[in-house]
Amino acid sequence: MLRLAAALLSALFLAFVSAVQAEPVAIKAAYLHVPPRKAAISLLDVPADDDGLAGAQLAMQDNNTTGRFLNQQFALEEVRLGESDDPKAAVAALAARGVTLVIADLPPAMLLATADAGRDILFFNAGATDERLREEDCRGNVVHTAPSRAMLADALAQYLVWKKWRRWFLVVGSHEADKLYGDALERAARRFGAKIVETRTFEDTGGARRTDSGLAQIQRQIPLFTQSAAEHDVLVAADESEVFAAYLPYRTTDPRPVAGSAGLMPKSWDASHDQWGANQLQNRFVALFHRRMSARDFQAWVAARMIGEAATHVKAADPKAMLAYFTSAEFALAAFKGQRLSLRDWNLQLRQPILLTDGRNVVSTSPQEGFLHQVTALDTLGPDRPEARCRLK
Amino acid sequence: MTRRLAPPWSLFGLALALLAAPAPARAAMAYVSNEKSNTVSVLDTATWQVVRTIKVGQRPRGITVTRDGKFVLVAVGDDDTIEMIDTATLEVAGTLPSGPDPEHFAQSPDGRELYVANENDNTVTILDIAKRARLAEVAVGVEPEGMAASPDGRTVVCTSETTNIAHFIDTAARTVVANVLVDSRPRYAAFKQDGSELWVSAEIGGTVSVVDPVSHAVKDRIAFEVAGLARELIQPVGINFTRDGKTGFVALGPANRIAAVDGVTHKVTKYLLVGQRVWHMDFTPDEKYLISTNGLTNDVSIIEVASLKVIKSIQVGELPWGVAVAP
Repeated sequence: MLRLAAALLSALFLAFVSAVQAEPVAIKAAYLHVPPRKAAISLLDVPADDDGLAGAQLAMQDNNTTGRFLNQQFALEEVRLGESDDPKAAVAALAARGVTLVIADLPPAMLLATADAGRDILFFNAGATDERLREEDCRGNVVHTAPSRAMLADALAQYLVWKKWRRWFLVVGSHEADKLYGDALERAARRFGAKIVETRTFEDTGGARRTDSGLAQIQRQIPLFTQSAAEHDVLVAADESEVFAAYLPYRTTDPRPVAGSAGLMPKSWDASHDQWGANQLQNRFVALFHRRMSARDFQAWVAARMIGEAATHVKAADPKAMLAYFTSAEFALAAFKGQRLSLRDWNLQLRQPILLTDGRNVVSTSPQEGFLHQVTALDTLGPDRPEARCRLK
Repeated sequence: MTRRLAPPWSLFGLALALLAAPAPARAAMAYVSNEKSNTVSVLDTATWQVVRTIKVGQRPRGITVTRDGKFVLVAVGDDDTIEMIDTATLEVAGTLPSGPDPEHFAQSPDGRELYVANENDNTVTILDIAKRARLAEVAVGVEPEGMAASPDGRTVVCTSETTNIAHFIDTAARTVVANVLVDSRPRYAAFKQDGSELWVSAEIGGTVSVVDPVSHAVKDRIAFEVAGLARELIQPVGINFTRDGKTGFVALGPANRIAAVDGVTHKVTKYLLVGQRVWHMDFTPDEKYLISTNGLTNDVSIIEVASLKVIKSIQVGELPWGVAVAP
């Protein structure tokens, strides 16, 4: 009853406000994506159909709560592309509808084609982790809320070095993405003083991820694959294609912990993360979508929250003014990671702590204590300004 | 069996001691909510000893003493309620019907109403403390947290952490009448005792906004800088003013420091090194001492207000969150 009365009162208040105020400022954004593939070793890792999108939707709802008080209205439309679609037509249609802000979860080549087709649109890359998008192929109209592979690898390496697990047995998958992650892990090992004692490639010979009698075979295959490896402290796996890494824990020949694509995994977010008020965001997400929040959801949430923050500050939907705000010293995003997130002005990558999760809980958060930096410890994750190959245009 | 009789001079001594003792036998007590232990530590401010540890509900955070001094109110968020600790018996004597997951609250100056921030459903709940009844709910921004009642009782301010707004709520009409944008993740708000200024801390923004409560304009922004400390670590949370408004103390979270700020010029006069992750504070009734909760070191620091010196730290429960002193 009271709740109803309060709701009526606030509705009346809002009606009053909108009667005296001008039309709300409309901020139109889109979520452009190639829907996630379904292949995963564990049933628990099969992405939801709205993986990523849901995060953006939640943030837009939060933005609209703020907008109600500031006379701003946020809208988010979803656009789905097929893997071989040309994004030009989709971008042109969005521009024609007045959309100036696009959250994208696209494969790297498609992301570049999309960004080049919409030079007046500000894009937020909430999916692709490729280094080249932040380095030689960087774009002046693409902000990256997804961490890069190097950031993820560095976050893991700092922890393993802190644990004094310095001897790594690196196993890399046979797909392009796996190799890129493997390269990032090798770079991280060099950077933080770990030693890769042996590298093996796990060939993807095809076949289904899940079969009714598959487990018995895997129990024999993995020990065979990992036998007679050089003396190591930890097995580090690079398997973005989800072909083998999840099979490693408890099955390796040597009883060693697994990290990387299985075991201890570096991620921008985890469904179990509850520090720094994160519980509140997790609760809001579950209440709305009846599932847990993934790293992709978080990356899209951050992008949509950045749009909300910028709209609050520049009081318009102008993408150029928004970008200027993001790269200014004033920009400080609260994202339940214990400190402010900001943007690297040299390549438009979002600085952020990386969670290390075992799939059940968050084990630690990097940067680790003791890894120092003259500007911010967050810049110990990923290539730093002096190494940058990006020339924004 | 022989009875031991007390010699007459000892009785005389006792009588003398009784005569000499001041009338109120009890010193002011500080109540500290320990978020992880699910307890409230009771600290005697005369001896600085923990004299009792009270078991409360799950995840105790916001804590305050009713104006009549009879109860300590503690928000136990995971039990979706506010517990009332009887200050005479030091036992939980009842509950208040807050909304879900209460974290923080403010009391009206006359002690009748309690304004509760309910993080999970974006509302402020107004409660009648004596009747233990819910009076109204006011819709605010995302993740309401900080609450402050103006000294004249007409306004209550709520800060929404994800909306980055300080909402001014008219306590008679029970509606939002003004929204003031502040910096990122506003955690706490406090009025000066004369009502001339409202200070709002922004944990992620790293600043304190000084708001004019009449014009609702941000008239100053206090920034903090500690040599050798990364900007990210400076996360202002709790704010407490001396009664004369001359000094504002701002707890800086993982910077492990409290800033003493000049109430007039808004300049930091001193940084006081306390325990780790300092969040909230309260004064003893004579304003001689300020007590701060240091979450990561499981202790409270005692600051001598006149000399601005940290004189003591005392172990309490795990993750101490808030503190309230009862006279």
